[in-house]
Amino acid sequence: MLQIFCPHCGELRAEEEFHAAGQAHIPRPLDPNACTDQEWGDYLFFRDNPRGLHHELWIHAAGCRQYFNATRDTISYEIFETYKIGEKPSVTAKPKAAAPGEQA
Amino acid sequence: MQRYSGFGLFKHSLSHNENWQRMWRNPTPKPVYDVIIVGGGGHGLATAYYLAKVHGITNVAVVEKGWLGGGNTARNTTIVRSNYLWDESAQLYEHAMKLWEGLSQDINYNVMFSPRGVYNLCHTLQDMRDSERRVSANRLNGIDGELLDAKQTAAEIPYLDCSKNTRYPVMGATVQRRGGVARHDAVAWGYARAADALGVDLIQQTEVIGFRKENGVVIGVETSKGFIGGKRVGVVTAGNSGHMAKLAGFRLPLESHPLQALVSEPIKPIIDSVIMSNAVHGYISQSDKGDLVIGAGIDGYVGYGQRGSYPTIEHTLQAIVEMFPVLSRVRMNRQWGGIVDTSPDACPIISKTPVPNLFFNCGWGTGGFKATPGSGHVFAASLATGEMHPLAKPFAMDRFHSGALIDEHGAAAVAH
Repeated sequence: MLQIFCPHCGELRAEEEFHAAGQAHIPRPLDPNACTDQEWGDYLFFRDNPRGLHHELWIHAAGCRQYFNATRDTISYEIFETYKIGEKPSVTAKPKAAAPGEQA
Repeated sequence: MQRYSGFGLFKHSLSHNENWQRMWRNPTPKPVYDVIIVGGGGHGLATAYYLAKVHGITNVAVVEKGWLGGGNTARNTTIVRSNYLWDESAQLYEHAMKLWEGLSQDINYNVMFSPRGVYNLCHTLQDMRDSERRVSANRLNGIDGELLDAKQTAAEIPYLDCSKNTRYPVMGATVQRRGGVARHDAVAWGYARAADALGVDLIQQTEVIGFRKENGVVIGVETSKGFIGGKRVGVVTAGNSGHMAKLAGFRLPLESHPLQALVSEPIKPIIDSVIMSNAVHGYISQSDKGDLVIGAGIDGYVGYGQRGSYPTIEHTLQAIVEMFPVLSRVRMNRQWGGIVDTSPDACPIISKTPVPNLFFNCGWGTGGFKATPGSGHVFAASLATGEMHPLAKPFAMDRFHSGALIDEHGAAAVAH
């Protein structure tokens, strides 16, 4: 079982309290109506899905109920860091294409 | 190819079974193939077989990084059914179902297809309404289906807890009697043997590490054992499809998750069909060996480690014990995880890609095994002609830009 550090609660808690919510740092287009179908589809559905380092969104569903981000290895499942929304990841072993955004 | 038959069994028994031919060759790759298939699982091998058999294209290579059928083909719960709600997917899975029915004869290999019936339980009034709608939709598509009430369900599945005291009482079920199970490994081996006999090269222990392009058009694959040229390349790599797309230079609308399954110790026959429940979310059948084969939902996070988390195992077994309290003390023998590539609408992607001559068949998520023959059949037609097969057309990748999704989430009898 994963032990996840919630940056809001400041405590290490069991995986069961959390829900994974997919890739982090995907900024919502500021003006959705101005998006082409291509841009909107990319925003909604297309993901990096990397084998390796992954910045992802979690929610502490059975705890403080707040979202936060985590940097995790998708092969070993090791969690390198968790950080609040708005903060930038400090672990970026591999260069990442997507710019860190304000929210996801 | 040495034909398998009862007479052959007898003949080989006389020589102590020491003279059986190898099932397939272990060839060195040719410099160029008409079609390269990346991924030697059930879908990839079926694609190779139908390319050779239906389309006469035998200059085909299947490139597999591990061994044949060692990924999700070896890791699923072997359920075969076609009771999907929407027309597009119903037709695709029914296409597969029809091929299942004659598969053992077709490839001269016993895939142990056993149409023992697949039950989908209903635990709420809404379940009953949805199921009635799905059965009606199935029938309009020429797919068999029946709606049972609680009494009939209890009569047909004796050990199922149909009492009123349960937390989620069983109100009824749908049944597809043509559905059932098949022997998963045999499907991969059977297709491999039949494809090899038609001249397809099965190249194992060779990992694809890149795609070579010329003027933006794919001309072959870079592998751990060097370059192999291919006029068309079909990628059928399930959980690793996102990774392959990255190598080819684009993204897919997929996320890879571990999906777990468990088998129990072998016990005497107790379950003679396949029983699935969407509401308590678990499914169970019993293999010929006596093990209970159990599965449920995916682990929530993106993951490539072929194992799963304990909370998911616990939820799975909770669901099984809710349905079959009699199994509460059966011990589990083995547990494993496969990496499934889930798409946003729980439907596969059988598609051309932004790279000309490169085709992807992926996104089957948690329900790919049942589609193996159909998936291979339509993908082979697409690779042979360069144009997508009519049954595959609705599953093109551009549906995620056009919005023409085929939303089988939950609609397809169990949540995907």
